[in-house]
Amino acid sequence: MKIAATAGGGLLIGFNWSACDSPKMKVISNEEIYDKAINFNSFLSISPTNHVVIFSPNPELGQNIKTSFPMIVAEELDVDWSNVRVQQAFLDTEKYDRQVTGGSGAMPHSWQRLRQAGATARHMLMEAAAKRLNVPVSELKTDKGNVIYGSKKLNYGELANEAATLPVPEDVELKQVKDFKIIGTPVKNVDNDAMFTGKPLYGLDVYRDNMLHAMIQRPPFGMKLKSVDADEAKKIKGVKDVVTFKDNVAVIGEGTWPLMKARKLLKIAYEPLDKELESTAFHNRKFDEMLNSGAAEVKRKDGDVDAAFKNAARIIKSEYQCPFLSHSPMEPMNFFAHVKEDSVELIGPSQTPDRARNAAAEICGIAPEKVSMELTRLGGGFGRRLRADFVEEAVELSKMLKVPVKLTWSREDDITGGAYRPAVKYRFEAALNGKDELIGYKLSGVGMNSGNSTRENNFPAGAIENLEIRSMEYKSPITTNAWRAPITNFLAFAEQSFLDEVAEAMGKDPVDFRLELLDKAKTSPVGEIHYDIDRMKGVITTAVEKSGWGKKQGVSQGFSVYFSHRSYVAQVAEAKIVDGKAVLDKIYAVTDCGIVINPTGADQQVRGGMLDGMGHAMYANLTFTDGVADQKNFDTYRLIRMKEIPEIETHFIDNGIDPTGLGEPALPPTGGAVANAIYKVSGQRLRNQPFSNEEGMKNLNLGNPA
Amino acid sequence: MANYKLQVNNKNYEVDVDSDTPLLWVLRDNLGLIGTKYSCGISQCGACTVHLNDEAVRSCVLPVSSIGEAKITTIEGLSDNGDHPVQQAWKEVDVAQCGYCQAGQIMTAAAMLKKNPSPSEEEVIDGMNANLCRCGTYHRIKEAVLLASTKIK
Repeated sequence: MKIAATAGGGLLIGFNWSACDSPKMKVISNEEIYDKAINFNSFLSISPTNHVVIFSPNPELGQNIKTSFPMIVAEELDVDWSNVRVQQAFLDTEKYDRQVTGGSGAMPHSWQRLRQAGATARHMLMEAAAKRLNVPVSELKTDKGNVIYGSKKLNYGELANEAATLPVPEDVELKQVKDFKIIGTPVKNVDNDAMFTGKPLYGLDVYRDNMLHAMIQRPPFGMKLKSVDADEAKKIKGVKDVVTFKDNVAVIGEGTWPLMKARKLLKIAYEPLDKELESTAFHNRKFDEMLNSGAAEVKRKDGDVDAAFKNAARIIKSEYQCPFLSHSPMEPMNFFAHVKEDSVELIGPSQTPDRARNAAAEICGIAPEKVSMELTRLGGGFGRRLRADFVEEAVELSKMLKVPVKLTWSREDDITGGAYRPAVKYRFEAALNGKDELIGYKLSGVGMNSGNSTRENNFPAGAIENLEIRSMEYKSPITTNAWRAPITNFLAFAEQSFLDEVAEAMGKDPVDFRLELLDKAKTSPVGEIHYDIDRMKGVITTAVEKSGWGKKQGVSQGFSVYFSHRSYVAQVAEAKIVDGKAVLDKIYAVTDCGIVINPTGADQQVRGGMLDGMGHAMYANLTFTDGVADQKNFDTYRLIRMKEIPEIETHFIDNGIDPTGLGEPALPPTGGAVANAIYKVSGQRLRNQPFSNEEGMKNLNLGNPA
Repeated sequence: MANYKLQVNNKNYEVDVDSDTPLLWVLRDNLGLIGTKYSCGISQCGACTVHLNDEAVRSCVLPVSSIGEAKITTIEGLSDNGDHPVQQAWKEVDVAQCGYCQAGQIMTAAAMLKKNPSPSEEEVIDGMNANLCRCGTYHRIKEAVLLASTKIK
């Protein structure tokens, strides 16, 4: 036992815990913390025990804003992270703005708000301390949950009561970036313990008293329900009922397995809606029809492409095609709804909880305020859960059956259920003059329910005198939806591969070619520039440095750079010959997303985005026969596995700008970097995805297929 | 429906379900043990992995009638305090993104390390390859398994 005198004259007694058994340190439970916490604002409460409860408003699907958002609040509040407890907030449109997870937009949207929330509370705590100590606020400091006046320390817990009643200051000073103690340090995922010990976290884990399970048989695309014979299905023990709504046949019961069995016994007849039922051969024909029709809408036109191409000494033309893709998050679609007399309880995984609530309110004919929406953790989203279709289904059933309903989609439902990344085809053309200079550039994009299949203002627009970008879509009954980095998830590959071909035709190094274009965009821009040239150059030059671009022996390098969702990523992929086969060895990624809040989380998003981009570029395919996807589960719908991944090295640009988002930006450049490296090592140009179907891939062994 | 006695995480349970009911659904729908996850239902992804007498098995294709007296361990029972070396390593390496596949990854790794406590990197990749992760945490999973192997005595 050590005894020391404090400067204030009190006795500070230190205990050696292992040597004596009293007094016991009081262990404070989380329940107690939540119970006693005093609310300061939408984002934080402080308990008298000096713990801080921070509310994370946005749906969490693995992007880890549930950790990084609270880090920002904790930083400006100036607390010890170990005293922070994070809670997922329910939907609350009065307290929070934009409780959406999509578009890599959460961080840029909330950065300032979160800082304000932490800083204002800190200020109020200082005001309370100033009052108590009867000193000016300006003479106080804070450090890790304490307000300090000379040798006096008052912790936030003891000040919370008084502080919370003070007026909320309008303008408070925020920390300088250089003074950050939490932001920029690796903080572990707040849900690790729960995830790794099997605690209920996900929508599929929701079970409530008197709840019934439901599963739905949905029609093929382009068909409607004609008749259903459910006699055999209803005989399965555990099945309570079979009901229909819209074109759906729903099996209701006491557990998932009885429903899975019962569905197989349903005898359902469908009839076509109006048009020909679609198959992949039809889509392929349609693409070429549209590309050759000349009817695509002009999205951007600079200079005179017709003249440029007429006067061209050489024209380079390539076409690129990709299939529909399922999002396939590991947790399939599901939702819980309890429609009551004049209110609705919703619980489940949604990237758009406000949309979910409004959909429920509309179906039930009540005000949205009567609908509560509890956000579960999402077992992946990728854009699929931006839709409210599975919410609506659960609500319809609960309303019909007058019981709480948990709707589960099987994996087969999920893969065949639509909301796909659209199938798209591109025709790129470049015109070179007699001196191998680039004088014209055309892109024609056609897509199935793609909306605008191009991003006409992206680089290289602005860097080329004569440029034309067109787009056309075909309205198919096969439903589509935003899929991680919508449109750019394939466009970037096609464009970065094409630029590689053009560079080669011009006899230029592909990186030099990009830098020259960027210089032109800077010094004599053509039309509007919608990208930050310096930020793009920054990631390029850093990628060159980190990868030793052009300097390595025995290694074939492919380059790609892309700007999407406010952030910039450059990649260098490396392939080499091992035992006579081409192997994708490593990819360098350099990211500019502004200030990196949580380096471990940021690294995850870059790796995850890259494996997502790579895996789908290489393996995943959806083909259709008469309005139904041929691939139904992971045995035929192929996702990338551990044996198939290269080494990845990530770097982040340190430029101190406000965070610009990271959920999607690392994905788009990946396909191009990989394809360009494969070309270098094998001489094969890959133009269609999945690469594994391309003739050129048959002689390659990229990783070991599962 | 028939009565089945099951031993799960050192506890005895009795359930009344059809003989072909996969253990996965018995755990989730009947026993409230939701840590074991459904993702494909056809043994292609590993999210449903549990231990049957120390062997990693896919509970989505394991009929309850075939279990008998075998001891079942789920993620909830892998350790008392979340401190199995694999769980510790998972936390240290900060493996997860969405986390949905991770219970299955952990159970697969734990069973593998029980058999082979000092695997090479190649053996780790071989052993974990059948578990899917849609978020792409494979690099970290590999690192965590190797780290866990250093903690196992």
